Amino acid sequence: MLEIRGLTATIDDKTILNGIDLTIPPGEIHAVMGPNGAGKSTLSYVLSGREGYEVTAGSVTFYGQDLLAMEPEERAAAGLFLAFQYPVELPGVGNANFLRTALNAIHRRRGEPELDAVQFLKLARGEVKKLAMSEDMLKRNVNVGFSGGEKKRNEVLQMAVLKPKLAILDETDSGLDIDALRIVADGVNAQRGPGFSSLIITHYQRLLDYIVPDRVHVLAEGRILRSGGPELAHELEARGYAGLVGESAEAA
Amino acid sequence: MAATPLRTPARAPNAALAAFLTRYDGLRERLPGPHEPRDAAAEVLREMGWPTPKEEPWHYTNLRPVEAQVFHEAVAETGDGTRLIAHLPAVAGPRLIFVDGRFRGDLSALPPDVTTSTFAEGGASSGFDLLARPKRDRLVALNTMLAEDGAIIDVAEGIDGGFLLLGQLTSGQHRRVASHPRHRLRLRRGASLVLLEVSAGEGEYLHNPVIEIDLAEGAHLTHVRLQQESAEAFHLSTVYVDTAARATYDSFSLSLGAQLGRSEIHARLGGAQAAVHLNAAQIMGGTQLSDFTTVITHDAPNCASRQTVKSVLIGRARAVFQGRIEVARVAQKTDGYQMNQALLLSPDAEINSKPELEIYADDVKCSHGATVGALDPEQLFYLRSRGIAAAEARMILVRAFLTDAFEAVTHEGVRAVLEHAVETWWNTTGRAAEALAS
Amino acid sequence: MPAVAETLDTVRAVTGSTYKWGFETDLEMDIAPKGLSEDTIRLISARKEEPEWLLAWRLKAFAAWKTMAEPHWAKATYPRIDYQDIHYYAAPKKGGGPKSLDEVDPELLRTYEKLGIPLREQALLAGVEPSPDDRLPMAVDAVFDSVSVATTFQETLAKQGVIFCPISEAVREHPDLVREYLGSVVPAGDNFYAALNSAVFTDGSFVYIPKGVKCPMELSTYFRINARNTGQFERTLVIAAEGASVSYLEGCTAPMRDENQLHAAVVELIALDDAKIKYSTVQNWYPGDANGKGGIYNFVTKRGACRGARSRISWTQVETGSAITWKYPSCILQGDGSVGEFYSVAVTNNCQQADTGTKMIHIGRNTNSTIIAKTISAGRSDSTYRGLVRMMPKAQNARNFTQCDSLLIGDQCGAHTVPYIESRNATAKIEHEATTSKIAEDQMFYCRSRGLSQEDAVGLIVNGFCKDVLKELPMEFAVEAQKLLAISLEGSVG
Repeated sequence: MLEIRGLTATIDDKTILNGIDLTIPPGEIHAVMGPNGAGKSTLSYVLSGREGYEVTAGSVTFYGQDLLAMEPEERAAAGLFLAFQYPVELPGVGNANFLRTALNAIHRRRGEPELDAVQFLKLARGEVKKLAMSEDMLKRNVNVGFSGGEKKRNEVLQMAVLKPKLAILDETDSGLDIDALRIVADGVNAQRGPGFSSLIITHYQRLLDYIVPDRVHVLAEGRILRSGGPELAHELEARGYAGLVGESAEAA
Repeated sequence: MAATPLRTPARAPNAALAAFLTRYDGLRERLPGPHEPRDAAAEVLREMGWPTPKEEPWHYTNLRPVEAQVFHEAVAETGDGTRLIAHLPAVAGPRLIFVDGRFRGDLSALPPDVTTSTFAEGGASSGFDLLARPKRDRLVALNTMLAEDGAIIDVAEGIDGGFLLLGQLTSGQHRRVASHPRHRLRLRRGASLVLLEVSAGEGEYLHNPVIEIDLAEGAHLTHVRLQQESAEAFHLSTVYVDTAARATYDSFSLSLGAQLGRSEIHARLGGAQAAVHLNAAQIMGGTQLSDFTTVITHDAPNCASRQTVKSVLIGRARAVFQGRIEVARVAQKTDGYQMNQALLLSPDAEINSKPELEIYADDVKCSHGATVGALDPEQLFYLRSRGIAAAEARMILVRAFLTDAFEAVTHEGVRAVLEHAVETWWNTTGRAAEALAS
Repeated sequence: MPAVAETLDTVRAVTGSTYKWGFETDLEMDIAPKGLSEDTIRLISARKEEPEWLLAWRLKAFAAWKTMAEPHWAKATYPRIDYQDIHYYAAPKKGGGPKSLDEVDPELLRTYEKLGIPLREQALLAGVEPSPDDRLPMAVDAVFDSVSVATTFQETLAKQGVIFCPISEAVREHPDLVREYLGSVVPAGDNFYAALNSAVFTDGSFVYIPKGVKCPMELSTYFRINARNTGQFERTLVIAAEGASVSYLEGCTAPMRDENQLHAAVVELIALDDAKIKYSTVQNWYPGDANGKGGIYNFVTKRGACRGARSRISWTQVETGSAITWKYPSCILQGDGSVGEFYSVAVTNNCQQADTGTKMIHIGRNTNSTIIAKTISAGRSDSTYRGLVRMMPKAQNARNFTQCDSLLIGDQCGAHTVPYIESRNATAKIEHEATTSKIAEDQMFYCRSRGLSQEDAVGLIVNGFCKDVLKELPMEFAVEAQKLLAISLEGSVG
C-alpha cells in the first residue's frame, strides 16, 4: 500500500510537486494523467529515489515504511519498481547478468535464497517467451542498440522477473506501436492480483484501453486536481486537459 | 606544452644512476656477451643522465622518486623464489620463471613446442640489440648496461607454440634491489604463441625489463602482460615489436601494482597487412602513478592498428597515457584507431592523456578519441533502482567500462587470470579506497 | 590514374604565384637601425613619447628575453633567426599619429583600398559603396609596419563610451586602463616571443567596451607588413567590462619577398562578468613561394582571460598564410560558468609549416569549452594541431568537447594531431575526437559527375569540411575566407 501525503518537491529551488495526496491500495491499478510539465515524471523519480530532487514537505509510506528515507536499492528490495520513460543504456553490462545481479541483490536483502545461473536462466527464459521477446535480448548489453519498443519491453521483462509489489510505469506507452503496446499491457495485466499494484503515468488514454485502471487521477501544476473512475480518462480524451485544469482552477 | 629545449643539457647523475654506473664498472667483466653495446649504453647515461620531465616523452612522469634511491644487486635466496612464486596466477602449463632477473630452472617447466634458452647462456652473444634503441630510450640503456639474463624464445616456422607463462619475480624484502632482465622473442613464419608475462614481487625494488619481439611473416603473438608489482616497487618496462607482412601482434597490458610504473611499447608495422592491437587497462589507487606510453609506427601499406586504453583511478592515483601513431609516407591505406578513456572515481585522482597522430601518407583512415569523466549518475541510479547496492553498482559499471579493452583477450584461461586480478584488486584496494572516498 | 592524382599532376605545374596581396608600397619611411639592444627599446619608447613606467616594463621584458631560449618544440624546421638583423621600428613618415583621415598619406589609403579594406568612413556612411546586403559599417584600425596609420569611426564609437584606438594613443589617453591590463593575461616574460614583443612592440589596437555596452559595430584591425627586413610586433588589448560585448576581426597581409620576416604579436583579451568577446582572425601573411623561399614567420601569443562569471571568449581563425605559424589562442576560464571557444581552419600548401591550436584552462566551476579544429595540408607542407585541455581541481562539472579533423591533399604533406588532456577533477568531463583522412574518391566522382571541375569539387568539399568553423566568422568574412581557402589551395589541389 502506497500512501502519499502532501508531497512537495523542488528541483533547483523550483517547486514541481505542490502537495500531492494519493493512496494506492494493494491490488489496485491507478493512472496519473496530466499535461506536459505537470510533474508526472518528477513524481516517479521522487518515489524511486533519484538524486537532484528535494522533498520539502509531505510523506510517503510504502507498506508502513518511510519510503523517502530509503536508498533507491532499498526501495527496490521493498518491492518498488520504476519502468523508466527513457531506459538507460549500460554498455558492457550483459542483460542477463544485470537482471540476475539485481534479483539476487533483492533476494539477499529480503533474506531469501539466491538463484544460481541455471535457475535464473530458466526463470528469465520463461518470462522472455511470455513477452514475445527474442532470447537474444538476454545476451545483449542492457538497452544498448535496442529500439524504443525493445527498451520498453526490456523494462517490462525486468518487472516480470523482479516481481514488485508496486510498479510505476513512467510514460511506458510513449513511442510504442500498437503491437508493442499490447505486449507491454499483457505483461502488466499478467502481474495483476491482490499483491500487485501499479501507478501508470501517461499522457494519453490509449494505454488505459489495454490496462484498465481502478482509479484515474489528473495531475497538473504539481497537484492532483481530480480523481475518478476509468471514465475520467475518456472524459480527458474528449475534452483535453485545458478544460479540466481551467474548471478546477475556477473551483479553487 | 612546456617548452622543451632542443638538446637536454647534461645533468649531474642522480644517486640511483650513479650507483648503477659504479656497479657497471665493477660488473663489466662478468656480464655475458660483448662489451661494446654495454659501454655505449653507459656512455649515453653518463652524458645525458636519465629522462626528466623537461623531455617531451617524460613530460607527465617524473622519475625523481626512483632517483633518490640506491638499488643493490639482487641476490635472492633459493627459498625466496619458492615463496615468491605464490604471487603468480594459478594457471597451468609451461613456464619460464625469473627471480631477480635470473633464470630459475628449478621453478620453470619448459614448453614442449618452443625452443628456449637464456640470455646468460649464449643469448647475449647473438645480437645484443635486435630492436632496442638504447641511445634514445635511456631506461633501455640502463637495461643494456646491466642485463644479466633473460628468456630467449623461438617458435619455429608454422608451429603453434601454445601457451607460455613468463614470470618475473623480484625479491625486495631483504633490501632494495634492481633487476634488468632482457628477453627476446622470435616467431618464425606462420608461427604462433600465447605469452602471459607477469611481473610481481615483494618489498621495494626496481624492475626494468626489456623485451624485443620479432614476428616473421604471418606470425601471430598474443602477448598479455600483468603488472602486479609490490606496492613499493618501481616498474619501468619497454617492449619493442617488429612485425613482417601479415603478422599480428595482439597485446593487452593490465597494470595494477607498483608505486610508480611505466610501460612503454614501441610497435613497428614493417610489412604489408600486418596488424597490431595495443590494448591496456591501468587500475590504480592510493598514490600510485601508472604510465602507459606507446608508439605505433606504420611503415608499410595496408596495415591496421587498434588501441583501447582504459584507466580507472581511485584515491590520489594518477595515470598517464601517451599514444602516438606514426604513419610513414609509404604506409598508404593505413587504418589506425585509438580510444582512450579514463574513469575518475575520487576527487583527487588525476589523468594526463596525450593521444597523438603523426601522418605523412594521404590515403589513410586514422582516428582517435578520448574521454575523461566520472561514473554516469544516470546509470548508477538505474542499477540501484533495480535493487543493486551502490558499491556493487559502481563495481558493475567499472567492470563494464573495462569490457571493451578486455574483449580482445580471447584466450579463456588468460582472460580468467585478468578478471580474477581485477576482482581481487577491487575487493582489496578498490573497495577500501572507495570507502575512504565516499 | 585516380582523378585526384591526375589533378595533382596538372596543377603542380602551376607555380604558387597566386598571392594577390604581394605588392609593395613605395613610401618614405622612418626606420630604426637594425639590431636589438636597450638603445633600440629606448628609441622606440622615445618615438612613441611613452611614459617612464612603460619603458621600464619594456626593459624588464628585454632582460627576461635575454635569458630565454628560442622554443623549438613545435613541429617546424627553419634556419636560425638572427634577431640582430631586423629593423624593430619602421613607420611611414607622413602617417605617424594621424589626427584624421585627411592627414593620412593618400598612397597609404590607396594601399588599403587595393587590399579591400575600407578606410573612408564617409563614403561608407553615405552608402556610396554599392552593397547588395545591409552591410553594417565597420570600424578599422590600420597598422602599417610599426604604426597605426588610421582608425575609423572613433567618434561614433566614443558616443557609446567605446574606446577603439591605436595602443600607443591609449597609452597617452587612457594610461590607467593600459597600466591595469597590459601584461595581465600574457605577462612580459610569458614565453620567448611574448617577451620579445613586450620589449619592442610598436603598435596595435586598444579596445575598451564599458559596462553593459554592446559594441554597435564590428571592430577590426588590419595589419600590413611593407618595409624590408622589418619585424612586426604589434600588441592588442581588448577589455570588455561587465555585460559588454564586442566582435573584433583582424586581417593581415605582406608583400612577396625572398626574405623571411618576423611577426611576433601578442593579443590579450579580458572579459569581466557576463562579457562577451568574439575575436576572429583571417591570417594571410605572405606564405613564401612554391619552393619555400620567403614568407612570414608568424610567432604569436594570443590569450583571453574569462575573469568574470558567465563571461565568454570565442576565437575563430582562418590561417592560410605565413611560412611558419606558431600560434595557440587560449582561454583561461576563471569565472564560474565561463565559456571558451576555439574554431580554427589552418591551410598549408607548398612548403608552409603550421603548428597551431589552443589551450583551454578550466579553473572555475561549470566552465565549458569547445574546440573545433580543421587542418588541411597540401603540397609539401606540414600542419599540426597542438592543444591542451586542463581541468583544475576546482573546475567542478566543467566540460570540454574537442573535434580535430585533418585532411591531406597529395602524398607529400603531413598532418599531425597532438592533444594534451589533463584532468584533476572527477566531475569534469572531457571528450576528444580526431580524424585524419583524404578527400574520398567517391565524393570527388560524385561532384564531377554532376559537372564540377576537379578544382571546384575540391573547393566545395574543403569548404564543407571547414563549415563548422567558417560559420563562426562574421558574415562578410565568411565569404572572403571561403575564397581565400580556394586560392590558398590553388596549384596543389586534387
